[in-house]
Amino acid sequence: MISIQIEKKLDGAEGVMNLQLHLSIQKGQFVTLYGDSGAGKTSTLRMLAGLMNPDKGKISVFDKTWFDSSNGINLKPQLRNIGFVFQDYALFPHLTVAENLQFALKDKQNQLLVDQLIDMMELDHFKNTKPEKLSGGQKQRVALARALAQQPEILLLDEPLSALDLKTRLKLQEYLLKAHQEFELTTGLISHDIGEINKLSNKVFVLEKGQLKKEGTPSEVFIDQNISGKFKFKGEVLKIEREEVVYIVSVLIQNEIVKVIARKEEIETIEVGDQVVVASKAFNPVIYKITH
Amino acid sequence: MDWQPLILTFQLALVTTVILLLLAIPLANWLATSKSRLKPIIETLVSMPLVLPPTVLGFYFLIAFSPNNVFGSWLNDWLGIRLVFSFGGLVIASVIYSLPFMVHPIQSGLATLPNSIKEAAFVMGKSKTATLIKIQLPNIKPALLTGIVLAFAHTVGEFGVVLMIGGSIPGKTKVASIAIYDQVEALNYSAANFYSIVLFIITFAILLSVYLINGGYIKRFLR
Repeated sequence: MISIQIEKKLDGAEGVMNLQLHLSIQKGQFVTLYGDSGAGKTSTLRMLAGLMNPDKGKISVFDKTWFDSSNGINLKPQLRNIGFVFQDYALFPHLTVAENLQFALKDKQNQLLVDQLIDMMELDHFKNTKPEKLSGGQKQRVALARALAQQPEILLLDEPLSALDLKTRLKLQEYLLKAHQEFELTTGLISHDIGEINKLSNKVFVLEKGQLKKEGTPSEVFIDQNISGKFKFKGEVLKIEREEVVYIVSVLIQNEIVKVIARKEEIETIEVGDQVVVASKAFNPVIYKITH
Repeated sequence: MDWQPLILTFQLALVTTVILLLLAIPLANWLATSKSRLKPIIETLVSMPLVLPPTVLGFYFLIAFSPNNVFGSWLNDWLGIRLVFSFGGLVIASVIYSLPFMVHPIQSGLATLPNSIKEAAFVMGKSKTATLIKIQLPNIKPALLTGIVLAFAHTVGEFGVVLMIGGSIPGKTKVASIAIYDQVEALNYSAANFYSIVLFIITFAILLSVYLINGGYIKRFLR
Protein backbone atom coordinates (compact mmCIF):
# COMPACT_ATOMS: atom_id res chain seq x y z
CA MET A 1 0.00 0.00 0.00
CA ILE A 2 1.08 3.55 -0.68
CA SER A 3 0.31 5.97 2.08
CA ILE A 4 0.77 9.68 1.54
CA GLN A 5 0.33 12.11 4.38
CA ILE A 6 1.78 15.45 3.42
CA GLU A 7 1.66 19.14 4.10
CA LYS A 8 3.24 21.75 1.88
CA LYS A 9 2.93 25.49 1.44
CA LEU A 10 2.75 26.20 -2.27
CA ASP A 11 3.27 29.55 -3.93
CA GLY A 12 0.70 29.68 -6.69
CA ALA A 13 -0.80 32.27 -8.99
CA GLU A 14 -3.51 32.97 -6.44
CA GLY A 15 -1.18 33.43 -3.50
CA VAL A 16 -0.01 30.89 -0.97
CA MET A 17 -1.94 27.65 -0.81
CA ASN A 18 -1.76 25.04 1.87
CA LEU A 19 -1.59 21.57 0.40
CA GLN A 20 -2.74 19.09 3.01
CA LEU A 21 -3.44 15.59 1.85
CA HIS A 22 -3.95 12.15 3.21
CA LEU A 23 -4.18 9.54 0.46
CA SER A 24 -3.88 5.82 0.47
CA ILE A 25 -3.52 3.74 -2.65
CA GLN A 26 -3.63 -0.04 -2.96
CA LYS A 27 -1.01 -1.93 -4.91
CA GLY A 28 -2.08 -2.44 -8.50
CA GLN A 29 -4.66 0.32 -8.49
CA PHE A 30 -5.04 2.84 -11.28
CA VAL A 31 -5.61 6.12 -9.51
CA THR A 32 -6.52 9.49 -10.98
CA LEU A 33 -6.01 12.91 -9.45
CA TYR A 34 -8.74 15.23 -10.64
CA GLY A 35 -9.26 18.91 -9.97
CA ASP A 36 -8.82 22.45 -11.22
CA SER A 37 -5.40 23.63 -12.25
CA GLY A 38 -3.57 24.92 -9.23
CA ALA A 39 -5.29 22.42 -6.93
CA GLY A 40 -1.95 20.74 -6.15
CA LYS A 41 -2.14 17.66 -8.36
CA THR A 42 1.26 18.01 -10.02
CA SER A 43 2.89 18.92 -6.70
CA THR A 44 1.45 15.76 -5.16
CA LEU A 45 2.93 13.57 -7.90
CA ARG A 46 6.25 15.38 -7.65
CA MET A 47 6.41 14.85 -3.92
CA LEU A 48 5.70 11.16 -4.34
CA ALA A 49 8.50 10.97 -6.93
CA GLY A 50 10.89 12.88 -4.67
CA LEU A 51 11.25 15.81 -7.05
CA MET A 52 9.75 18.15 -4.46
CA ASN A 53 10.01 17.95 -0.69
CA PRO A 54 6.94 18.20 1.53
CA ASP A 55 7.21 20.58 4.50
CA LYS A 56 5.82 18.00 6.85
CA GLY A 57 4.46 14.49 6.76
CA LYS A 58 5.15 10.93 5.81
CA ILE A 59 5.20 8.93 2.61
CA SER A 60 5.48 5.18 2.77
CA VAL A 61 5.36 2.85 -0.19
CA PHE A 62 4.87 -0.90 0.09
CA ASP A 63 6.03 -0.92 3.75
CA LYS A 64 9.10 1.21 3.06
CA THR A 65 9.35 4.76 4.35
CA TRP A 66 10.35 7.17 1.60
CA PHE A 67 9.81 10.38 3.45
CA ASP A 68 9.34 11.15 7.11
CA SER A 69 9.83 14.70 8.32
CA SER A 70 9.79 13.64 11.99
CA ASN A 71 13.06 11.72 11.66
CA GLY A 72 14.59 13.28 8.60
CA ILE A 73 14.10 10.40 6.15
CA ASN A 74 14.03 11.56 2.54
CA LEU A 75 14.80 8.96 -0.08
CA LYS A 76 16.41 10.42 -3.20
CA PRO A 77 14.34 10.27 -6.40
CA GLN A 78 17.06 8.04 -7.87
CA LEU A 79 16.24 5.33 -5.32
CA ARG A 80 12.44 5.43 -5.53
CA ASN A 81 12.13 3.60 -8.84
CA ILE A 82 9.21 5.57 -10.15
CA GLY A 83 8.39 5.85 -13.82
CA PHE A 84 7.40 9.45 -14.48
CA VAL A 85 5.80 10.75 -17.65
CA PHE A 86 6.17 14.52 -17.71
CA GLN A 87 3.64 16.91 -19.17
CA ASP A 88 6.22 18.18 -21.67
CA TYR A 89 7.39 14.58 -22.30
CA ALA A 90 11.00 15.48 -21.29
CA LEU A 91 12.53 13.32 -24.00
CA PHE A 92 16.29 13.68 -24.32
CA PRO A 93 16.69 15.72 -27.52
CA HIS A 94 20.17 14.45 -28.42
CA LEU A 95 19.21 10.76 -28.27
CA THR A 96 17.15 8.74 -30.72
CA VAL A 97 13.96 7.03 -29.63
CA ALA A 98 15.76 3.73 -29.04
CA GLU A 99 18.58 5.48 -27.17
CA ASN A 100 16.07 7.32 -25.00
CA LEU A 101 14.70 3.94 -23.95
CA GLN A 102 18.13 2.40 -23.49
CA PHE A 103 19.17 5.26 -21.23
CA ALA A 104 16.32 4.40 -18.88
CA LEU A 105 17.28 0.74 -18.61
CA LYS A 106 18.48 -0.37 -15.22
CA ASP A 107 20.20 -3.35 -16.70
CA LYS A 108 22.08 -2.10 -19.76
CA GLN A 109 22.03 -5.56 -21.31
CA ASN A 110 18.28 -5.80 -21.42
CA GLN A 111 17.88 -4.94 -25.10
CA LEU A 112 14.97 -7.38 -25.19
CA LEU A 113 12.83 -5.08 -23.07
CA VAL A 114 13.58 -2.13 -25.33
CA ASP A 115 12.53 -4.16 -28.37
CA GLN A 116 9.42 -5.33 -26.58
CA LEU A 117 8.40 -1.79 -25.64
CA ILE A 118 9.13 -0.42 -29.10
CA ASP A 119 6.95 -3.18 -30.45
CA MET A 120 4.19 -2.65 -27.90
CA MET A 121 4.01 1.12 -28.48
CA GLU A 122 4.34 0.64 -32.25
CA LEU A 123 7.46 2.78 -32.44
CA ASP A 124 9.43 0.60 -34.81
CA HIS A 125 9.24 3.21 -37.58
CA PHE A 126 10.84 5.94 -35.49
CA LYS A 127 13.38 3.83 -33.62
CA ASN A 128 16.30 5.84 -34.96
CA THR A 129 14.57 9.21 -35.08
CA LYS A 130 15.36 12.11 -32.77
CA PRO A 131 12.43 13.42 -30.69
CA GLU A 132 12.17 16.79 -32.47
CA LYS A 133 10.89 15.06 -35.60
CA LEU A 134 8.04 13.28 -33.81
CA SER A 135 4.42 14.36 -33.44
CA GLY A 136 2.85 14.92 -30.03
CA GLY A 137 1.26 11.49 -29.90
CA GLN A 138 4.47 9.77 -30.95
CA LYS A 139 6.47 11.68 -28.35
CA GLN A 140 3.93 10.65 -25.78
CA ARG A 141 4.33 6.98 -26.69
CA VAL A 142 8.10 7.30 -26.44
CA ALA A 143 7.78 8.98 -23.03
CA LEU A 144 5.52 6.17 -21.85
CA ALA A 145 7.79 3.46 -23.27
CA ARG A 146 10.81 5.11 -21.68
CA ALA A 147 9.13 5.26 -18.27
CA LEU A 148 8.34 1.54 -18.59
CA ALA A 149 11.90 0.71 -19.67
CA GLN A 150 13.16 1.35 -16.16
CA GLN A 151 10.76 -1.32 -14.91
CA PRO A 152 9.14 0.78 -12.21
CA GLU A 153 6.69 -0.45 -9.62
CA ILE A 154 4.85 2.85 -9.76
CA LEU A 155 4.03 4.83 -12.88
CA LEU A 156 3.10 8.50 -12.56
CA LEU A 157 1.67 10.51 -15.44
CA ASP A 158 1.25 14.27 -15.32
CA GLU A 159 -1.59 15.10 -17.73
CA PRO A 160 0.01 13.03 -20.44
CA LEU A 161 -2.82 13.15 -22.94
CA SER A 162 -4.20 16.65 -22.53
CA ALA A 163 -2.35 18.12 -25.51
CA LEU A 164 -3.43 15.44 -27.98
CA ASP A 165 -6.38 15.22 -30.32
CA LEU A 166 -9.26 12.92 -29.51
CA LYS A 167 -8.29 10.05 -31.79
CA THR A 168 -4.69 9.92 -30.61
CA ARG A 169 -5.89 10.22 -27.05
CA LEU A 170 -8.20 7.23 -27.34
CA LYS A 171 -5.37 5.17 -28.83
CA LEU A 172 -2.97 6.16 -26.08
CA GLN A 173 -5.50 5.29 -23.43
CA GLU A 174 -5.39 1.76 -24.81
CA TYR A 175 -1.59 1.69 -24.61
CA LEU A 176 -1.71 2.99 -21.09
CA LEU A 177 -4.23 0.43 -19.94
CA LYS A 178 -2.23 -2.34 -21.60
CA ALA A 179 0.97 -1.22 -19.91
CA HIS A 180 -0.72 -0.95 -16.52
CA GLN A 181 -1.97 -4.51 -16.73
CA GLU A 182 0.99 -6.13 -18.44
CA PHE A 183 3.63 -4.71 -16.10
CA GLU A 184 1.45 -5.01 -12.97
CA LEU A 185 1.92 -1.36 -12.16
CA THR A 186 0.43 0.89 -9.60
CA THR A 187 -0.43 3.92 -11.69
CA GLY A 188 -1.16 7.52 -10.78
CA LEU A 189 -2.61 9.79 -13.45
CA ILE A 190 -3.54 13.44 -13.57
CA SER A 191 -6.47 14.00 -15.88
CA HIS A 192 -9.27 16.46 -16.56
CA ASP A 193 -11.15 14.20 -18.90
CA ILE A 194 -14.00 12.38 -17.17
CA GLY A 195 -14.39 9.91 -20.02
CA GLU A 196 -10.74 9.05 -19.82
CA ILE A 197 -10.89 8.66 -16.05
CA ASN A 198 -13.90 6.37 -16.32
CA LYS A 199 -12.14 4.22 -18.85
CA LEU A 200 -8.79 3.93 -17.12
CA SER A 201 -8.92 4.29 -13.40
CA ASN A 202 -10.53 2.49 -10.52
CA LYS A 203 -10.08 5.23 -8.00
CA VAL A 204 -10.36 9.00 -8.19
CA PHE A 205 -9.15 11.64 -5.78
CA VAL A 206 -10.76 15.01 -6.31
CA LEU A 207 -8.52 17.83 -5.12
CA GLU A 208 -9.66 21.34 -4.45
CA LYS A 209 -7.27 24.06 -3.30
CA GLY A 210 -4.85 21.55 -1.85
CA GLN A 211 -7.45 19.55 0.04
CA LEU A 212 -8.99 16.17 -0.70
CA LYS A 213 -12.58 16.96 -1.63
CA LYS A 214 -13.88 13.55 -2.55
CA GLU A 215 -12.63 10.04 -3.27
CA GLY A 216 -14.08 6.87 -4.71
CA THR A 217 -14.57 4.96 -7.92
CA PRO A 218 -15.14 7.11 -11.02
CA SER A 219 -18.83 6.30 -11.06
CA GLU A 220 -19.20 7.15 -7.38
CA VAL A 221 -17.46 10.45 -7.90
CA PHE A 222 -18.79 11.57 -11.23
CA ILE A 223 -22.03 9.80 -12.00
CA ASP A 224 -23.95 8.80 -8.90
CA GLN A 225 -23.81 12.28 -7.50
CA ASN A 226 -26.54 13.84 -9.58
CA ILE A 227 -28.69 11.11 -11.00
CA SER A 228 -32.11 12.57 -11.59
CA GLY A 229 -33.27 10.34 -14.39
CA LYS A 230 -33.11 13.25 -16.77
CA PHE A 231 -30.92 14.00 -19.75
CA LYS A 232 -28.79 16.87 -18.65
CA PHE A 233 -25.58 18.24 -20.12
CA LYS A 234 -23.48 21.25 -19.39
CA GLY A 235 -22.21 23.29 -22.31
CA GLU A 236 -21.20 26.66 -23.64
CA VAL A 237 -23.35 28.81 -25.94
CA LEU A 238 -21.58 29.41 -29.25
CA LYS A 239 -24.25 31.10 -31.35
CA ILE A 240 -27.86 32.28 -31.14
CA GLU A 241 -29.79 32.56 -34.43
CA ARG A 242 -33.32 33.66 -35.11
CA GLU A 243 -35.34 31.35 -37.31
CA GLU A 244 -38.90 32.57 -37.98
CA VAL A 245 -40.58 32.52 -34.59
CA VAL A 246 -38.06 30.44 -32.69
CA TYR A 247 -34.39 30.75 -31.92
CA ILE A 248 -31.69 28.18 -32.58
CA VAL A 249 -28.97 28.04 -29.97
CA SER A 250 -25.69 26.25 -30.81
CA VAL A 251 -24.19 24.76 -27.67
CA LEU A 252 -20.79 23.14 -27.31
CA ILE A 253 -21.16 20.05 -25.14
CA GLN A 254 -17.82 18.29 -24.63
CA ASN A 255 -16.56 18.06 -28.20
CA GLU A 256 -19.90 18.16 -29.96
CA ILE A 257 -21.91 21.12 -31.16
CA VAL A 258 -25.60 20.64 -30.46
CA LYS A 259 -28.42 22.78 -31.82
CA VAL A 260 -31.30 23.45 -29.48
CA ILE A 261 -34.53 25.25 -30.22
CA ALA A 262 -35.45 27.96 -27.78
CA ARG A 263 -38.30 30.40 -27.26
CA LYS A 264 -37.89 34.16 -27.07
CA GLU A 265 -38.38 34.18 -23.27
CA GLU A 266 -35.62 31.61 -22.85
CA ILE A 267 -33.19 33.59 -24.99
CA GLU A 268 -33.59 36.79 -23.03
CA THR A 269 -31.30 35.68 -20.23
CA ILE A 270 -28.76 33.87 -22.40
CA GLU A 271 -25.81 35.34 -24.21
CA VAL A 272 -23.08 33.85 -26.37
CA GLY A 273 -20.34 32.46 -24.10
CA ASP A 274 -22.71 31.60 -21.23
CA GLN A 275 -22.44 28.25 -19.50
CA VAL A 276 -25.78 26.52 -19.80
CA VAL A 277 -27.51 23.26 -18.98
CA VAL A 278 -29.31 21.44 -21.76
CA ALA A 279 -31.89 19.07 -20.32
CA SER A 280 -34.88 17.18 -21.57
CA LYS A 281 -37.85 16.61 -19.34
CA ALA A 282 -40.77 14.97 -20.95
CA PHE A 283 -39.81 12.55 -23.68
CA ASN A 284 -37.53 9.56 -23.94
CA PRO A 285 -34.27 10.10 -25.81
CA VAL A 286 -33.37 7.80 -28.65
CA ILE A 287 -30.40 5.54 -28.07
CA TYR A 288 -28.55 3.57 -30.70
CA LYS A 289 -25.14 1.98 -31.13
CA ILE A 290 -22.45 3.82 -33.07
CA THR A 291 -21.11 1.69 -35.88
CA HIS A 292 -17.99 2.51 -37.82
CA MET B 1 60.61 36.41 -38.53
CA ASP B 2 60.31 35.30 -34.90
CA TRP B 3 57.34 32.99 -34.50
CA GLN B 4 58.02 32.34 -30.83
CA PRO B 5 55.57 34.94 -29.42
CA LEU B 6 52.75 33.63 -31.60
CA ILE B 7 53.39 30.00 -30.63
CA LEU B 8 53.54 30.99 -26.99
CA THR B 9 50.26 32.89 -27.33
CA PHE B 10 48.43 29.86 -28.65
CA GLN B 11 50.07 27.52 -26.11
CA LEU B 12 48.86 29.80 -23.34
CA ALA B 13 45.38 30.04 -24.83
CA LEU B 14 45.13 26.27 -25.26
CA VAL B 15 46.26 25.40 -21.72
CA THR B 16 44.06 28.12 -20.27
CA THR B 17 41.00 26.95 -22.22
CA VAL B 18 41.40 23.31 -21.16
CA ILE B 19 41.76 24.26 -17.49
CA LEU B 20 38.85 26.70 -17.76
CA LEU B 21 36.57 24.09 -19.31
CA LEU B 22 37.17 21.65 -16.46
CA LEU B 23 36.73 24.41 -13.91
CA ALA B 24 33.79 26.21 -15.48
CA ILE B 25 31.44 23.24 -16.00
CA PRO B 26 30.95 22.45 -12.30
CA LEU B 27 30.98 26.14 -11.42
CA ALA B 28 28.41 27.04 -14.10
CA ASN B 29 26.26 24.09 -13.06
CA TRP B 30 26.33 25.26 -9.46
CA LEU B 31 25.46 28.82 -10.49
CA ALA B 32 22.64 27.59 -12.73
CA THR B 33 20.98 25.52 -10.00
CA SER B 34 22.01 26.93 -6.64
CA LYS B 35 19.68 28.86 -4.38
CA SER B 36 22.49 29.60 -1.94
CA ARG B 37 22.83 33.05 -0.43
CA LEU B 38 26.46 33.03 -1.53
CA LYS B 39 25.44 32.83 -5.18
CA PRO B 40 25.26 36.58 -5.94
CA ILE B 41 28.72 37.05 -4.44
CA ILE B 42 30.23 34.21 -6.48
CA GLU B 43 28.47 35.49 -9.61
CA THR B 44 29.92 38.95 -9.01
CA LEU B 45 33.41 37.59 -8.53
CA VAL B 46 33.16 35.53 -11.72
CA SER B 47 32.05 38.61 -13.68
CA MET B 48 34.61 41.02 -12.18
CA PRO B 49 37.24 40.44 -14.91
CA LEU B 50 34.71 41.81 -17.42
CA VAL B 51 34.79 45.30 -15.92
CA LEU B 52 38.02 45.51 -13.96
CA PRO B 53 40.98 46.97 -15.85
CA PRO B 54 43.31 44.05 -16.60
CA THR B 55 46.12 45.98 -14.99
CA VAL B 56 44.31 45.89 -11.65
CA LEU B 57 44.10 42.12 -11.88
CA GLY B 58 47.72 41.90 -12.97
CA PHE B 59 48.83 44.20 -10.19
CA TYR B 60 47.22 42.08 -7.49
CA PHE B 61 48.59 38.87 -8.99
CA LEU B 62 52.00 40.47 -8.98
CA ILE B 63 51.65 41.35 -5.32
CA ALA B 64 50.19 37.97 -4.36
CA PHE B 65 52.68 35.83 -6.26
CA SER B 66 55.72 37.86 -5.30
CA PRO B 67 58.19 35.81 -3.26
CA ASN B 68 58.41 38.75 -0.88
CA ASN B 69 54.84 38.11 0.27
CA VAL B 70 53.28 35.36 2.40
CA PHE B 71 51.49 33.47 -0.37
CA GLY B 72 54.28 33.86 -2.90
CA SER B 73 57.00 32.83 -0.50
CA TRP B 74 54.92 29.85 0.66
CA LEU B 75 54.60 28.69 -2.95
CA ASN B 76 58.29 29.25 -3.45
CA ASP B 77 59.46 27.51 -0.27
CA TRP B 78 57.06 24.60 -0.13
CA LEU B 79 56.24 23.81 -3.72
CA GLY B 80 59.18 25.40 -5.45
CA ILE B 81 56.81 27.27 -7.74
CA ARG B 82 57.52 30.80 -8.75
CA LEU B 83 54.54 32.34 -10.47
CA VAL B 84 55.83 35.83 -11.10
CA PHE B 85 57.37 36.21 -14.56
CA SER B 86 56.70 32.57 -15.45
CA PHE B 87 54.42 30.66 -17.82
CA GLY B 88 52.61 29.05 -14.88
CA GLY B 89 51.77 32.47 -13.50
CA LEU B 90 50.46 33.54 -16.89
CA VAL B 91 48.20 30.49 -17.03
CA ILE B 92 46.70 31.14 -13.61
CA ALA B 93 46.17 34.82 -14.35
CA SER B 94 44.61 33.99 -17.74
CA VAL B 95 42.26 31.45 -16.18
CA ILE B 96 40.91 34.08 -13.80
CA TYR B 97 40.89 36.76 -16.50
CA SER B 98 38.89 34.65 -19.01
CA LEU B 99 36.68 32.91 -16.44
CA PRO B 100 33.45 34.83 -17.25
CA PHE B 101 33.82 34.11 -20.95
CA MET B 102 33.67 30.38 -20.27
CA VAL B 103 31.24 30.37 -17.32
CA HIS B 104 28.53 32.67 -18.69
CA PRO B 105 27.64 30.76 -21.89
CA ILE B 106 27.65 27.41 -20.10
CA GLN B 107 25.61 28.78 -17.21
CA SER B 108 22.94 30.26 -19.47
CA GLY B 109 22.96 27.12 -21.62
CA LEU B 110 22.27 24.94 -18.59
CA ALA B 111 19.65 27.36 -17.27
CA THR B 112 17.65 27.28 -20.49
CA LEU B 113 17.36 23.48 -20.57
CA PRO B 114 13.95 22.44 -19.24
CA ASN B 115 14.12 21.15 -15.69
CA SER B 116 12.05 18.11 -16.59
CA ILE B 117 14.90 16.64 -18.69
CA LYS B 118 17.13 16.60 -15.64
CA GLU B 119 14.35 15.27 -13.44
CA ALA B 120 13.55 12.54 -15.95
CA ALA B 121 17.14 11.30 -15.62
CA PHE B 122 16.96 11.50 -11.82
CA VAL B 123 13.85 9.34 -11.58
CA MET B 124 15.62 6.84 -13.85
CA GLY B 125 18.17 6.48 -11.08
CA LYS B 126 20.95 8.53 -12.69
CA SER B 127 23.16 10.58 -10.40
CA LYS B 128 23.56 14.33 -10.76
CA THR B 129 27.03 13.90 -12.28
CA ALA B 130 25.89 11.25 -14.75
CA THR B 131 22.93 13.44 -15.72
CA LEU B 132 25.21 16.42 -16.26
CA ILE B 133 27.65 14.51 -18.43
CA LYS B 134 25.28 12.31 -20.39
CA ILE B 135 22.17 14.48 -20.70
CA GLN B 136 22.75 18.15 -19.95
CA LEU B 137 26.13 18.82 -21.57
CA PRO B 138 25.38 17.05 -24.88
CA ASN B 139 22.31 19.27 -25.18
CA ILE B 140 24.18 22.53 -24.77
CA LYS B 141 26.92 21.91 -27.34
CA PRO B 142 26.53 25.37 -28.93
CA ALA B 143 26.97 27.00 -25.51
CA LEU B 144 30.04 24.86 -24.80
CA LEU B 145 31.53 25.76 -28.15
CA THR B 146 30.84 29.45 -27.57
CA GLY B 147 32.48 29.27 -24.14
CA ILE B 148 35.55 27.43 -25.44
CA VAL B 149 36.08 29.79 -28.34
CA LEU B 150 35.42 33.00 -26.43
CA ALA B 151 37.78 31.94 -23.64
CA PHE B 152 40.43 30.96 -26.17
CA ALA B 153 40.10 34.14 -28.21
CA HIS B 154 39.98 36.32 -25.12
CA THR B 155 43.18 34.75 -23.82
CA VAL B 156 44.85 35.32 -27.18
CA GLY B 157 43.87 38.97 -26.89
CA GLU B 158 44.95 39.69 -23.33
CA PHE B 159 47.60 42.30 -22.74
CA GLY B 160 47.41 44.15 -19.45
CA VAL B 161 47.43 41.13 -17.16
CA VAL B 162 50.25 39.49 -19.07
CA LEU B 163 52.30 42.63 -19.08
CA MET B 164 51.98 43.07 -15.33
CA ILE B 165 52.64 39.52 -14.22
CA GLY B 166 54.65 38.09 -17.08
CA GLY B 167 56.84 40.87 -18.22
CA SER B 168 58.36 40.18 -21.59
CA ILE B 169 60.71 37.23 -21.29
CA PRO B 170 61.24 35.71 -24.77
CA GLY B 171 60.02 32.10 -24.98
CA LYS B 172 58.55 32.24 -21.46
CA THR B 173 56.14 35.11 -21.13
CA LYS B 174 56.51 37.18 -24.27
CA VAL B 175 53.20 36.55 -26.01
CA ALA B 176 52.19 38.14 -29.31
CA SER B 177 50.32 41.10 -27.85
CA ILE B 178 53.39 42.04 -25.80
CA ALA B 179 55.66 41.51 -28.79
CA ILE B 180 53.57 43.95 -30.82
CA TYR B 181 53.92 46.55 -28.09
CA ASP B 182 57.67 45.98 -27.88
CA GLN B 183 58.12 46.28 -31.64
CA VAL B 184 56.11 49.48 -31.82
CA GLU B 185 58.17 50.96 -29.00
CA ALA B 186 61.29 50.05 -30.99
CA LEU B 187 59.68 51.72 -34.05
CA ASN B 188 59.85 48.37 -35.83
CA TYR B 189 56.46 48.69 -37.53
CA SER B 190 56.79 45.89 -40.04
CA ALA B 191 57.33 43.27 -37.30
CA ALA B 192 54.43 44.75 -35.32
CA ASN B 193 52.31 44.53 -38.42
CA PHE B 194 53.27 40.88 -38.95
CA TYR B 195 52.14 39.83 -35.44
CA SER B 196 49.06 41.99 -35.70
CA ILE B 197 47.88 40.64 -39.00
CA VAL B 198 48.42 37.02 -37.94
CA LEU B 199 46.38 37.61 -34.76
CA PHE B 200 43.72 39.43 -36.77
CA ILE B 201 43.31 36.63 -39.30
CA ILE B 202 43.35 33.80 -36.80
CA THR B 203 40.85 35.37 -34.38
CA PHE B 204 38.59 36.29 -37.29
CA ALA B 205 38.69 32.70 -38.53
CA ILE B 206 37.98 31.27 -35.07
CA LEU B 207 35.00 33.51 -34.40
CA LEU B 208 33.61 33.08 -37.88
CA SER B 209 33.67 29.30 -37.53
CA VAL B 210 31.72 29.55 -34.28
CA TYR B 211 29.02 31.64 -35.88
CA LEU B 212 28.91 29.29 -38.85
CA ILE B 213 28.59 26.20 -36.69
CA ASN B 214 26.16 27.61 -34.11
CA GLY B 215 24.10 29.28 -36.79
CA GLY B 216 23.60 25.92 -38.49
CA TYR B 217 25.17 27.12 -41.78
CA ILE B 218 27.60 24.22 -41.94
CA LYS B 219 24.84 21.67 -41.37
CA ARG B 220 22.75 23.24 -44.13
CA PHE B 221 25.72 23.25 -46.44
CA LEU B 222 26.47 19.57 -45.85
CA ARG B 223 22.92 18.48 -46.47
